[in-house]
Amino acid sequence: MTLFEQLSTDIRFQEGLKACIGCGVCTAICPAAQFSDYDPRILVDTVQRYDEHLLESLLKGDMIWRCGECLSCKTRCPRGNTPGYIVQALRALSIKTGLFALSEQGRLQLRLKRTVGEHILKYGYCVYLDEVDTDQFPEQGPVWEWFRENRESVLKRLGAHYGEEGAGTLRKISEKSLSDLRAIFRETGGMERYQQIEEGVSKVIGHEKQE
Amino acid sequence: MKNRNKLWALYQKNIADDHYYFARSCIRQNFFPASETIFLKILREELGKDIFDDAEQTTCTGIAYHSGLIPFETIQTVVARQFALMTEAGYQNFVCSCVTSFGIYTEVLETWKQFPEEEAKARAALLRATGKTFTKPENLVHTSDIIYKFRDEIAEKSKFRLVNHLTGRPLKIVDHIGCHYAKIFPQEGIGGAEYPYVLAGMIDAWGGQQVDYPERRHCCGFGFRQYLIRENRGYSLSNSRKKLESMEPYHPDLIMANCPGCTFFLDRWQYVLSEMEGKTYDTEGFGIPVLTYEEVTGLILGYNPWDLGLQIHQVDPEPLLIKLGIPYNPSEKYQGACQQPLKHPAKPAILKITG
Repeated sequence: MTLFEQLSTDIRFQEGLKACIGCGVCTAICPAAQFSDYDPRILVDTVQRYDEHLLESLLKGDMIWRCGECLSCKTRCPRGNTPGYIVQALRALSIKTGLFALSEQGRLQLRLKRTVGEHILKYGYCVYLDEVDTDQFPEQGPVWEWFRENRESVLKRLGAHYGEEGAGTLRKISEKSLSDLRAIFRETGGMERYQQIEEGVSKVIGHEKQE
Repeated sequence: MKNRNKLWALYQKNIADDHYYFARSCIRQNFFPASETIFLKILREELGKDIFDDAEQTTCTGIAYHSGLIPFETIQTVVARQFALMTEAGYQNFVCSCVTSFGIYTEVLETWKQFPEEEAKARAALLRATGKTFTKPENLVHTSDIIYKFRDEIAEKSKFRLVNHLTGRPLKIVDHIGCHYAKIFPQEGIGGAEYPYVLAGMIDAWGGQQVDYPERRHCCGFGFRQYLIRENRGYSLSNSRKKLESMEPYHPDLIMANCPGCTFFLDRWQYVLSEMEGKTYDTEGFGIPVLTYEEVTGLILGYNPWDLGLQIHQVDPEPLLIKLGIPYNPSEKYQGACQQPLKHPAKPAILKITG
């Protein structure tokens, strides 16, 4: 299958691209376009040219990784396109084909996989305070240092059930629920995508070392 | 006016009256850990509602999905499992605390309407993975929708109003609505994406004054992978700065948000901007307090500010408490579970902290 044939099977792509008139409203409203080299108008225009080489260059490049998925573009497009959905489909295809690993931004997916991705399966939360320190997140500020240092006592005062069995804020997710999550990931391609991210980056870094 | 009313009628939504299944938020639990407890207390004790807090729920995985980490099939099936838990518990009204999750649940239900084969795939995958089946919710809302629905009852029970008790003037309040509340599906948000009224309705009902400023609808700048990857974090900071610069001339007393991520970014980036640029966005050097709507609701109902977790915000809320005329004990601010005094947090270089 060509890259376009593969992209066309993704329902996010089917929903995201109707017919772009190139008006640029999406770019005007886009938070990513204001502060980075991301331009949803150009991205959608490139995709709707149905040119394999241009599509491949998008999949290998940084641009598709710059979108912040706020989906402001969905609200504003006068023709019902959603550049943010097209980005979702492009990212999925970029990882599937291994092309993501050819861009700096794409390779950063590995770091996300090893943090957020693994926290989901370890804790049952996307984010868990035990893993959020001010070395990685200095903007958390001194109040977070204080909170982390005193978390058991402060959380108890605030009525949380931090690390405890049963219901409540920051409870320990049961082994049964974690096991369900892992089974869902295995069954639906979640684990496979994690593996593609690991292998894709490893392959490129391997090539660089050989060179 | 007639056309405006017609437009407004498009963006009303059905919010169930009672018997809710509660889905928690990863971000809210970690960064505003009292907010969901307060929400449950308000519903059960103030409004007499039935709401089920399930130990078996997990993350919806929305942050990973919007970062390009997991396939759509995976998140659809995780959502299907949450619906299965709701079904097992005997509920039909699904209420979620996270705005990203609200967008995800809405999107999955909408996808299943347009692509029934996706629902069939998710059902089959869930059954194979967990043995579970489910009924789709009758009613799906965000927790802020519920507080909005009962805002007048809350106003009747309130001990304080959003008014400066020294001047008698309404407090100027910025409402910040998380993008995924209504920008993806405007018809699912009260007031839609252009004129969301979910928080503005609370401000109006509780005596405050809305602040309308140019970047009112701009994103806080989370950007999922853009914040989570340290090298990309300038995206997040720059977008929050854009909003703060835009609201500054209107001298807001408070920012109130319905999305936990937005509350976090608008609070913490003020700290970072003060350290980077020596600037604060108020005239006194404290910054603009940023609270969750649960915290604001708890304050007007007269709850102890330190039981609401206000001490975990980096922008000090004490100047706001003084304006509201809420009596509080400063020595309780940094106490532990047994009322023991804890060592105070270090102070930022620029941003002032009371005490």
